[in-house]
Amino acid sequence: MKLSAHELGFQALNEKIHSSKEDVVINECFGERFIGVGASSKTITINGTPGNALGAYLDGAAIIVNGNAQDAVGDTMNDGKIIIYGNAGDTLGYAMRGGKIFVKGNSGYRTGIHMKEYKEKRPVIVVGGSTGSFLGEYLAGGLIIVLGLDTDEFPAGYFTGTGMHGGEMFIRSNKTPISLPKQVSINEASQSDIRRIEDNLAEFSKVFDIAMDEILSKNFYRLIPNAKNPYKQLYTEN
Amino acid sequence: MREGMFRNLSGCAISGIISKSGKRFSGQRIIDSITVMHERSNGLGGGFAAYGIYPEYKDYYAFHMFYDNRTAKKECEEFLEEHFDIINLSKIPTRKIREITDEPLIWRYFVTPLPTKLAESQLDEREFVARCVFRINTCIDGAYVFSSGKNMGVFKAVGFPEDVGYFYRLDEYEGYCFTAHGRYPTNTPGWWGGAHPFALLDYSVVHNGEISSYDANRRAIEMYGYKCTLLTDTEVITYIIDYLHRKNKLTFNEICSVMAAPFWSTIESKPQEEREELEFLRYTFASQLINGPFSIIVGFEGGMMALNDRLKLRSMVVGEKDDMVYVASEEAAIRVIQNDLDKVWSPKGGEGVIVTVEKGKI
Repeated sequence: MKLSAHELGFQALNEKIHSSKEDVVINECFGERFIGVGASSKTITINGTPGNALGAYLDGAAIIVNGNAQDAVGDTMNDGKIIIYGNAGDTLGYAMRGGKIFVKGNSGYRTGIHMKEYKEKRPVIVVGGSTGSFLGEYLAGGLIIVLGLDTDEFPAGYFTGTGMHGGEMFIRSNKTPISLPKQVSINEASQSDIRRIEDNLAEFSKVFDIAMDEILSKNFYRLIPNAKNPYKQLYTEN
Repeated sequence: MREGMFRNLSGCAISGIISKSGKRFSGQRIIDSITVMHERSNGLGGGFAAYGIYPEYKDYYAFHMFYDNRTAKKECEEFLEEHFDIINLSKIPTRKIREITDEPLIWRYFVTPLPTKLAESQLDEREFVARCVFRINTCIDGAYVFSSGKNMGVFKAVGFPEDVGYFYRLDEYEGYCFTAHGRYPTNTPGWWGGAHPFALLDYSVVHNGEISSYDANRRAIEMYGYKCTLLTDTEVITYIIDYLHRKNKLTFNEICSVMAAPFWSTIESKPQEEREELEFLRYTFASQLINGPFSIIVGFEGGMMALNDRLKLRSMVVGEKDDMVYVASEEAAIRVIQNDLDKVWSPKGGEGVIVTVEKGKI
């Protein structure tokens, strides 16, 4: 089924997506919100710029974006997959608790804020480019991988992992990270660490057609919470 | 009901377009951009700032006025005649539409200070004009100057921005820069004067956010003679920009380092020269540091500046195509008027984007 988002408006668009039993292709997309909210089956392909909260509460469906996405992609997502061939905005994977998000380009501030995991539910975000500051803020679980494929600089901003108390992050770079808060502990990833994330790297490589050799050509840092230094307030100190 | 009479809790939309070559284009484009972000507003305020729209009167201050009644108009006009040479006056042309109601009397005056009055005041011309604006807004009951720059104008009302644009016939104006705002008031009830943009002289501000340092900023700026009459945070930001740019001659880059100063920990990590400059600005203008979430677009004569708070608690996207630069709360609001962009990016928190029209092109 083909739909014109701009003509329908976000409400009618989402009703049509919800009631469709087949895969959906959305064209003329200019900021229509909540696309694919709660969807549990089918593939939704978007040509354009989907609005905020794309794939919120996603529960098993697949979303493919040919373009850039805006803020809060995969908000509270439970299962399924979101693939973005451009960039994503702020708060990518906000409070996500399952499923996978792959972004070819960059993502904004607060990527993976407050992601969490429970038993077999372990959300994954892989960003091919760089992210803004506050990467993995309040991270409680899950896996975030940042590849920085288009840069020689460290591919995340300031205050990575502020308030982090669970989960892990892998950041690919030959440069050392800047201004990490005390509650984050950082090490170079070992061969066995890399092997644990290899399936996600391979999937990223396949989806965006980027050679594995290229992805593995730099060092990876692994960031985990530092149990000795629980969360200390940032905002009042400044 | 007016601003300050009750507090209501609740986002906003902003958009801006500028031609670096000074090419004038129709206000319809900014209406089309802000319309895409309809959901970010709630119908309690919309407005536009338009630059380069009065070339035939470019040497005169254009005062846009709201009057509650004829008495206020009469009193204000007496004041204007006493202080200014009024070259032209008229109602601002509007369209009657169902969506916009309860409009005040909306008038426009092209004025220049009377030479004798100006000389007597021993003030420079812009300070004289600014003081007259404050005098009207604080002393003449029912009269409110909402735009006072040269070759620019603010158009605002209670309503959704697309309706406000249609109401003011913005499609019939041509300028080299436009900014727009869709309001979702968070603290005040939403009155015509409280809609964005806020403006003083040629500075105008549209703002998405809610600054937590409002009262500290207000108390500080009132020490320098500014009077905050509307109890909204955007008004304070406008006066801070006037204070830093016009009075203290800071550059717009420096203004960004004051209003969205980096954290001390970030300043410490900078090379010495940059560190010293940032420290100087943070110490000297500590009371002009703005805390809390904001994304703003500032219009000024010959340019436009966009800035996010240092923690980047609000969204903002910049797009470029040839000589045009676009800024909006959402990328879709740029794509809808220019899908074929040369470059699109999100500035970092505290990283100002300053665009100026090439010299001699206005």
